[in-house]
Amino acid sequence: MKGMYAVYRKEMGHYFVSPVAYIIVAVFLVLAGYFFNQLLSVIIQQAFQAGLEDQFGGAPIDVPSAVMRNFFGVISTLLLFLTPMLTMSVYSEERRRGTMELLMTSPVTDLEIVLGKFFASLTLLAIMLLPTAIGFAYMLHYSEPTAPWRVLASDYLGVLLLGATLLALGSFFSSVTESTLIAAMLSFGAILLLWVLDFGGNAGSGAWAQGVQYLSVFRHYDDFTHGVIDTSNVIFYLSFIVLGIFLTVRSVDSMRWRRA
Amino acid sequence: MIEVKDLTKSFAERTAVDHVSFVVNKGEILGFLGPNGAGKTTTMRILTGFLPATSGTAQVAGFDVFNDSLEVRKRIGYLPENPPLYLDMTVSAYLDFVARIKNVPAEKRHASVEDAMVKTNIQDKRHELIKRLSRGYKQRVGLAQALVHDPQVIILDEPTVGLDPKQIIEVRHLIKGLAGSHTIILSTHILPEVSMTCDRVVIINRGRIAAIDTPANLTTQLKGGQHVSVEVGADQNAVTAAIRELPGVRKVTAESANGRVAAIVEVSPGQEIRSQLAAKIVGKGWPLFELRGVNLSLEEIFLELTTEESESASKVLTEAGELRRSKP
Repeated sequence: MKGMYAVYRKEMGHYFVSPVAYIIVAVFLVLAGYFFNQLLSVIIQQAFQAGLEDQFGGAPIDVPSAVMRNFFGVISTLLLFLTPMLTMSVYSEERRRGTMELLMTSPVTDLEIVLGKFFASLTLLAIMLLPTAIGFAYMLHYSEPTAPWRVLASDYLGVLLLGATLLALGSFFSSVTESTLIAAMLSFGAILLLWVLDFGGNAGSGAWAQGVQYLSVFRHYDDFTHGVIDTSNVIFYLSFIVLGIFLTVRSVDSMRWRRA
Repeated sequence: MIEVKDLTKSFAERTAVDHVSFVVNKGEILGFLGPNGAGKTTTMRILTGFLPATSGTAQVAGFDVFNDSLEVRKRIGYLPENPPLYLDMTVSAYLDFVARIKNVPAEKRHASVEDAMVKTNIQDKRHELIKRLSRGYKQRVGLAQALVHDPQVIILDEPTVGLDPKQIIEVRHLIKGLAGSHTIILSTHILPEVSMTCDRVVIINRGRIAAIDTPANLTTQLKGGQHVSVEVGADQNAVTAAIRELPGVRKVTAESANGRVAAIVEVSPGQEIRSQLAAKIVGKGWPLFELRGVNLSLEEIFLELTTEESESASKVLTEAGELRRSKP
């Protein structure tokens, strides 16, 4: 595990000495901040209108819950675009520069390399998400009646699991090529496909459609945004992550066999 | 310390390493000499556990490179052809990282990094980003990386490429200084490097070992009438024709200038033609200005071995190599 920690440290250092991490985090935070602001003002307006209508028998709107549900829906879409950028160079760059040869001839196992890199990208994702909590802290602090903190916790758990899944997937695609651009395109394509599976499943019916729908990584995310932590969803994501890590380890190992 | 037996590595379309066997003793420096694509890098990659062999075995410090890869990797310092550098790191941060993944204990790490920097003379660049360093410094950082965990075995793939002459001399001194306490394999296509630094040489061509010997023996093996340089005051065509008549002459290359012909005569190994040659020239009544045997330098042996035309020379050396290898 020492080897894993060494790789983790190196990756974190790499993220933060290059401008890439700062730019991705900044872009994410600007977009997230904008959406949060928009959602909050639009939903408050709706709530205000609903409040007026309430006097004539309409239903009231739970502003914090509505904002959170919509906001985390938006976040999942942002992750779709941003996670491939976090992972695209993780292996491809090392392959291109020949540093993979250093890692692979050092006394660290392939699994240690892969886990070190995975946890580093996950840490960066967490760092990226953390500042969004400030907005929610304000909103929940001023909301009446009691604030749904547990829903917020479930939201963050969901977004972390979804993000981790996308990172595991992206890491795998980065390990199969020497080109960061190809890695980004492949992971983006794969993630987009997993997103679209959701629609495909909606259109059809029967066992096939259900199976396809089940594979959509975004479908399992919905429950979290409603504050429901369903074990089956957690297991779905965890198994997806384990699969991604397993494939990446295999792919790293295969570099030994195909190098000409 | 290193034992390679019948090592073979085939890729889809070609065999890069073909039944290679050799032994490196503890504290020895072994030179790998061969043209590009001869299989030097592939052999080294197998020894470092980066590539698996197709067949055959290789042991480093008593551990099989495939079955006990991690044990082998703990004991090896490896500088690949292109130094594996993280360009965005500073020199000291990079070496610290390498020390970590090479399992250097925390309390020794700082000293190991310092030591490696002193040995390769890069202390004054410790806070520089690697991407801002010159080619020579990058190469030295790569070398420091291979030394940082004080490994028993050091494998260096073309360690002096890209260095200026002064740095090359420094690196050779460094490598020489490491011998004894470390076992070293280095590959190169620069011949003087081998004769200057290595205890023994493996000449490898197209995946096969052409010869294994000390640099001195390899040179003497081909000397003794192998090449004769002669300078005669006569017509070029007449001289070459006369020399060709002698038994054992393989090739004559002549050049004439100022009424004199300077010829290099290549002779089959074991043949001594100098006295006959002198008699012939004097008999013809030509003035003889110079006649001497030429020792083939390792460079020429290497060219002989690896040039397509001189099949016979390579055959001779292969036989010699096999004889030597078959000795216990």
